[in-house]
Amino acid sequence: MTVAIKHPAQAQTETVSLSPNGTGGNAIEAEKMSVFYGDFCAVRDVYMKVPSNKITAIIGPSGCGKSTVLRCFNRMNDLIAGARIEGEVFFQGQNIYDSDVDPVEVRRRIGMVFQKPNPFPKTIYENVAWGTRINGFRGDMDEMVERALRSAALWEEVKDKLQQSALGLSGGQQQRLCIARAIAVEPEIILMDEPASALDPIATLRIEDLMKELSEKYTIIVVTHNMQQAARISDYTAFFSVDDKRTGNLIEFDDTEKIFTIPSQKSTEDYITGRFG
Amino acid sequence: MNFIHQRQTVSQPAEGLMPSGTAHHEQVVARQRRGRTWAVVFQAAVLAGILALCALLFNILNQSFGYVAIVNTIDPSELAVEGLPLNELPKDKLVEILEANISAGLMRRYENDMPFTERSRENVHDLILERVVEPQVQATWGLFDSIFARGSVFAEAEERFPGSEVYFRSWLTTSFISKSQSSEPLRAGVRTAIFGSLWVVAITILFSFPIGVGAAIYLEEYAQKERLLNRLIQTNINNLAGVPSIIYGMLGLAIFVRILEVITSGAFLGIGDQSTANGRTILSAGLTLGLLILPLIIINGQEAIRAVPSSLRQAGFGLGATHWQVIWHHVLPSAMPGVLTGTILAVSRAIGETAPLVVVGASTFIALDPSGPFSKFTVLPIQIYQWTSRPQDEFRNLAAAAILVLLILLLSLNASAVLLRNRFDRSRAVS
Repeated sequence: MTVAIKHPAQAQTETVSLSPNGTGGNAIEAEKMSVFYGDFCAVRDVYMKVPSNKITAIIGPSGCGKSTVLRCFNRMNDLIAGARIEGEVFFQGQNIYDSDVDPVEVRRRIGMVFQKPNPFPKTIYENVAWGTRINGFRGDMDEMVERALRSAALWEEVKDKLQQSALGLSGGQQQRLCIARAIAVEPEIILMDEPASALDPIATLRIEDLMKELSEKYTIIVVTHNMQQAARISDYTAFFSVDDKRTGNLIEFDDTEKIFTIPSQKSTEDYITGRFG
Repeated sequence: MNFIHQRQTVSQPAEGLMPSGTAHHEQVVARQRRGRTWAVVFQAAVLAGILALCALLFNILNQSFGYVAIVNTIDPSELAVEGLPLNELPKDKLVEILEANISAGLMRRYENDMPFTERSRENVHDLILERVVEPQVQATWGLFDSIFARGSVFAEAEERFPGSEVYFRSWLTTSFISKSQSSEPLRAGVRTAIFGSLWVVAITILFSFPIGVGAAIYLEEYAQKERLLNRLIQTNINNLAGVPSIIYGMLGLAIFVRILEVITSGAFLGIGDQSTANGRTILSAGLTLGLLILPLIIINGQEAIRAVPSSLRQAGFGLGATHWQVIWHHVLPSAMPGVLTGTILAVSRAIGETAPLVVVGASTFIALDPSGPFSKFTVLPIQIYQWTSRPQDEFRNLAAAAILVLLILLLSLNASAVLLRNRFDRSRAVS
């Protein structure tokens, strides 16, 4: 038996969570979330309330568990053998790690864009259509594909070659196709794991513009190791660091402006100013 | 910390430890020479392989074509009536000739098989050649001698077999393919063996492909690899791939022929000939070969599935697909070319297998086409083996021709499988 994820009703009790001064509800809330790979603790005790309809950036040095945290938000870590999550992650009042929640349901509502563009080896059309079809979409498929591609600012470039292989597109186009594919299933949150790290600066800018546009409709959480990018596009920034046992910790989570100008933690400042990491 | 400490204690390298100038140049030349030597060794290895293949082909072709010396029991020209040669006589004359030259009993048997009124002129003509003219092969020569030592072939034939007719014969003919077995080398064919091979291979594929691919999917996608039981299964599958095929023959004999006789003989359906088949049927053979290649298909399938990039799976899962949807829509189509390649190789092996089928009980002499999975059978390799073990030379020529047929069959099956695989590849990567 699986239970549908409830809509925001149960307000979570106030904890010691780090939270920016966001207004207007939280899209996802992590409560004392820790991730283990076997005996190794990758990330410890993360409290994090991610505001809705904003762009939240996660930054930090390599190996601090940025991507791990991101993948916890839509249960992608379930796919890794030996991975174990403790604590709770609330999405619209429901702990997505409850035993009666089906990760398949979570993943449609919390979509993901990966570091390396990974379109399916199918046509452009089919790349967008497939996700909606398996999720039971019953409307006009052509129209839906066009809408998703327009939302991802890709329609003009591919409208004449929808039946060609997606692998023929450039890297930036492929990544926007992956975003279109993610949007098509109408998620509420889009997780992006260094979406522009494999792209050239121009393609990167296009992705960033696109993220800005999308943040009006969706909550976006983006992992990046490019601090300028975080500063340019995000409303909020979470800084993760790694301790001497190689375990990641959330150090600070606040308005992006604050993080980059007057961070409250010494280690954040060190990282931002380039004295570390 | 320790690491950094060590680095600090290492002193600067002394001068002259690395070769420089001419010394460096000579050293590079020496290294390149060593590399070229190895390249030559590898080329020689490839060359040796090609030479071995050429020798094999030469041997087969040499035996398949060449001069034969034939002595007829009755010269066809003696059978001419009123000046007309045998092959221009009308049917009623031919029937008369046949009646005059063979026993009444044999004549009655032919009449019972098919009345002479219904037989065609060609059919009666063939019967006369077969029963009256009765050509006998006295000697055969290889293709090489037939081309380069033609004179000595004729001289030898003249000397040893006076009165014999010497002509160039291709042992691989259309009638060789379309005729069923015979104890007369000139009339023997491989038709039943071809049908037998095709039937057996069809059953082998039907049995082992779905089970093998299914097992590969389970082992790669569902089984928890850390569990002792699954590790045990995996190790055993790998070992089974190396078990000698005759062991599989014993297995097939014990299980399919003996224990499951009711099923493999067709008795449970009320069909099949108990007196002749008794479990030594096409079905038993196909299942035995299926078991034999199952580990190969599983291992190849697993490797193909493992090679599917995890980014593809993640893309599928990230859109809210179930595990099965990811497998069916993405993993399997991507893995299919690899799975098919493995299956092609495995089936090629099955077509050429002889030993297990000897044990399972392939018949060596089958004059009737197999009519279904419950028929007794022979296959091409068995036929070849049986012919090569005959004392007469001419059966060796038949065996060589049968090897050519087997090779052609194998190559055409492989080619069609490769075409199928390429189609699969193309339809996925629409350009």
